[in-house]
Amino acid sequence: MEKKAELDTPRVGFGLYVHWPFCLAKCPYCDFNSHVRHGGIDSGAFGQALVRELKQFAQRTKGRTVTSVFFGGGTPSLMPPDTVGDVLDAAADYWGIASNAEVTLEANPTSAEASHFRGYRIAGVNRVSVGVQALNEADLKMLGRQHSVAEALKAFRAAVQTFPQTSFDLIYARPHQSLAAWRAELQQALSEQQGHMSLYQLTIEPGTPFAGLHARGKLILPDDDAAADLYNVTQELTVAAGVPAYEVSNHAWPGRQSRHNMLYWRYGEYAGIGPGAHSRLIDVTGQRVGVSTLRDPQDWQSQVVAVGHGICEEVAISATDAARERLLMGLRLVEGIELADLEFGAGTSIDTDKLDHLIDHGLVVAPAPGRVAATPAGRMVLDAVIDVLAV
Amino acid sequence: MTDPTHIRNFSIIAHIDHGKSTLADRLIQVTGGLTDREMKEQVLDNMELERERGITIKAQTVRLDYKAADGESYQLNLIDTPGHVDFAYEVNRSLAAVEGSLLVVDASQGVEAQTLANVYQAIGNDHEIVPVINKIDLPAAEPDRIRTQIEDVIGLDASDALEISAKTGIGIHDVLEAIVTRLPSPKGELEAPLKAMLVDSWYDAYLGVVVLVRIIDGQLRKGQRIKLMSTDANYLVDRVGIFRPKQEMLDKLDPGEIGFFTAAIKQVADTRVGDTVTDEKKPCSQALPGFQPAQPVVFAGFFPLDNAEFEDLREAMAKLRLNDASFVYEMETSAALGFGFRCGFLGLLHLEIIRERIEREFNVELITTAPSVIYHIYMNDGSTIELHNPVDMPDIVKIDHMDEPWITATILVPDDYLGAVLKLCEDRRGRQKELTYAGTRAMLVYELPLNEVVFDFYDRLKSVSRGYASFDYQMLGYEQGDLVKMQILVNAEPVDALSVIVHRGRSEQRGRVMCEKLKDLIPRHLFKIPVQAAIGGKIIARETISALRKDVTAKCYGGDITRKRKLLDKQKEGKRKMRQFGKVDIPQDAFIAALKMEEN
Repeated sequence: MEKKAELDTPRVGFGLYVHWPFCLAKCPYCDFNSHVRHGGIDSGAFGQALVRELKQFAQRTKGRTVTSVFFGGGTPSLMPPDTVGDVLDAAADYWGIASNAEVTLEANPTSAEASHFRGYRIAGVNRVSVGVQALNEADLKMLGRQHSVAEALKAFRAAVQTFPQTSFDLIYARPHQSLAAWRAELQQALSEQQGHMSLYQLTIEPGTPFAGLHARGKLILPDDDAAADLYNVTQELTVAAGVPAYEVSNHAWPGRQSRHNMLYWRYGEYAGIGPGAHSRLIDVTGQRVGVSTLRDPQDWQSQVVAVGHGICEEVAISATDAARERLLMGLRLVEGIELADLEFGAGTSIDTDKLDHLIDHGLVVAPAPGRVAATPAGRMVLDAVIDVLAV
Repeated sequence: MTDPTHIRNFSIIAHIDHGKSTLADRLIQVTGGLTDREMKEQVLDNMELERERGITIKAQTVRLDYKAADGESYQLNLIDTPGHVDFAYEVNRSLAAVEGSLLVVDASQGVEAQTLANVYQAIGNDHEIVPVINKIDLPAAEPDRIRTQIEDVIGLDASDALEISAKTGIGIHDVLEAIVTRLPSPKGELEAPLKAMLVDSWYDAYLGVVVLVRIIDGQLRKGQRIKLMSTDANYLVDRVGIFRPKQEMLDKLDPGEIGFFTAAIKQVADTRVGDTVTDEKKPCSQALPGFQPAQPVVFAGFFPLDNAEFEDLREAMAKLRLNDASFVYEMETSAALGFGFRCGFLGLLHLEIIRERIEREFNVELITTAPSVIYHIYMNDGSTIELHNPVDMPDIVKIDHMDEPWITATILVPDDYLGAVLKLCEDRRGRQKELTYAGTRAMLVYELPLNEVVFDFYDRLKSVSRGYASFDYQMLGYEQGDLVKMQILVNAEPVDALSVIVHRGRSEQRGRVMCEKLKDLIPRHLFKIPVQAAIGGKIIARETISALRKDVTAKCYGGDITRKRKLLDKQKEGKRKMRQFGKVDIPQDAFIAALKMEEN
């Protein structure tokens, strides 16, 4: 069984996720584990806690080499570059980092944060994902962003100058957004991007300020038909510009896919450190284990100081659940999944009748024997497709 | 024994919410049947569902001891009758068991159709009737107007109508005095063979089947061997008693008295409302008139939402049947819905009550199929079939003709809504028999085919009249009708649970409405779904449920996996509330909702 872990790691890699939970302001659509702080953060101590927890995870995943690192948040572009460097040094010490590893940091395009870029590059970051989000002032304001269009473009261009790889990130299907307006905005983004774009449709997440507005009818999103049209235009323009989708919301030049995110969608092994981070580890018996840490930054930090980690939950993932997770992640990818990987346990596998039905309706294709993938039409209704296929 | 001249037996006739139960409670309280501490609101409606809906399903009795103004003590027996059109026969038998009635009318709302129907039944049973105008404490009370209305609409002398407030207690003593002075005492011969009317019966967890009786002649004693005349079954009476409303055991019941007995009777179905109870060895020569066995008029299929709950459903049905002989059922198999039961009811309310009790008290979620009436099918070969399940409809070419049941409906409605009610009745193939006015209200008498009434006539009537119309009906008989079976096809497959028998002239409209409804009720799928109504092979209406256009989570990374997987589990759970027909999931509530017409 140990062989399984060894097999998986070289195939899809081993990733490290680092969560920096602090923000200067909370965006009204965001439901991530983020906490607004205006100063008063002892970044050094917090960084040390990250390093301590990293060591703990490294001890239970001996022998892996890190192939990708992702600093997410919160707002990781508020991290002092030295802290980023400390975490990367620790990862190199305890696991080893592959020479071609992808090291991504999510950045807000404010001028203050852009001033850190040089330092991040020196610390070892080689890719930034820039949250431009919109290319008109009114919508940036509506989205609660702390930057202007000009500032965002300036920061993005600075990132392109500093890092070998960048991602240009936008949120669309915004209230009142017309097809024509999105076309124009996307064209402008396509002329700026350098090989990778994340294009997310605005989603109302429970518990967010937007959810409250939405429930009271004060925030009206495009309906399903309009959202579908927006999605189609997105596919059309990105394909024409040579940045086709490789996942539901992610587009790249060939070879420029985010390696770290690919690891999630290919259901690989990754360790997540920091408050509210999630891991999928494979233990020595080959059992996949889901690990999560305390969400509250203070609680997490105190526990790390006390016992060396902030873990609050560890769950062995059953064969059925693992297959379902693999299905719901893997079908997001244009490349699709290997049917052989979907062992739901107890001899159950995908219902071929249902699969054939989806193929007949043009929602799913079999790009190679034993492999299935959602078509562009299928990706647009992927949650329903997965619902049909999940056992 | 109590001298019959010192007994008064009465019932209370009132529309729902006009204060029948409150008055009954007050009478019990004033005569000392219960202490204040024991008084629960509306003690006589002791079933949860009854209390919620404000209706009584089982008849109940209570004996009150009252010392009247003349210084004499009287035994007053109140029978609380079931209060809905579906239970018209039970009401009639309850009324036949007493000599008089209090007619309770709300001082602002006035006489309603149901009140009217019950008053006529009381008059038919030779009752002395005391009009009582209730809720006079309310600001909207207009006792003079109501008095005139009682005289105009019912034709009763209301000059000496009592004005009371059951809620505050105003006039309660006048009511008790009127019962004593204005209602007749029962007559009966102590020496004659036992003759008693079976008023109602129910199953009690401690006592078994409890039978409510009114003694006409003779005595009913503990230890007596009795006979139920309609079935010739014999029993040994092991308990005799009365309700005050608490049970009180006695040795015997005398002529004119009302009380209960138990006799190791196994099930309520062995006792029939209106039957005559007599002595086994010394029977009376003639049974009481007016007895009818219970006849279900509305049928529907009950299927467990989860097939695994079939046995639970079977058990629930058996338990309910224990206490309700008018509810009948047999097993049914549906291609689409699996195993279930075909059930017969006294009416739609009865159906609703049973369905709710199964879901609430037994926790079995149900799919209910389209309610149907009984059709008489005359075949070409001379045979006849009684059909109450569209699935069993024989091949049309073998049918000579079909008859359907009709009812006579009485509707009272304020002027303002008359037009809407007339339109509703005309749309439902009604034939107007009478249209008269009483003040600003119209009384309509319509003949209507029952199959136009069973689905949602009641709901529609309430809706078009903003709740002001009241309704009552009686069976009229069978008439030939141009009837056809309409099938609904979902994704080209017939769904038998949605088949209905309709009048040909109404089929196109019904088909169109059903297809439109289903279009809204069935969620979008990954592919488009045609929904069609068909008669024979001919499509008469069609709608298309368009395919789902967008349903995808925008962001999904490493931290979202567990949440997403749990969401998937939840969706699966949601799907459990649906039934699969081929590749289409139909929600449980769609089966009944699809039948409601809302034709405006």
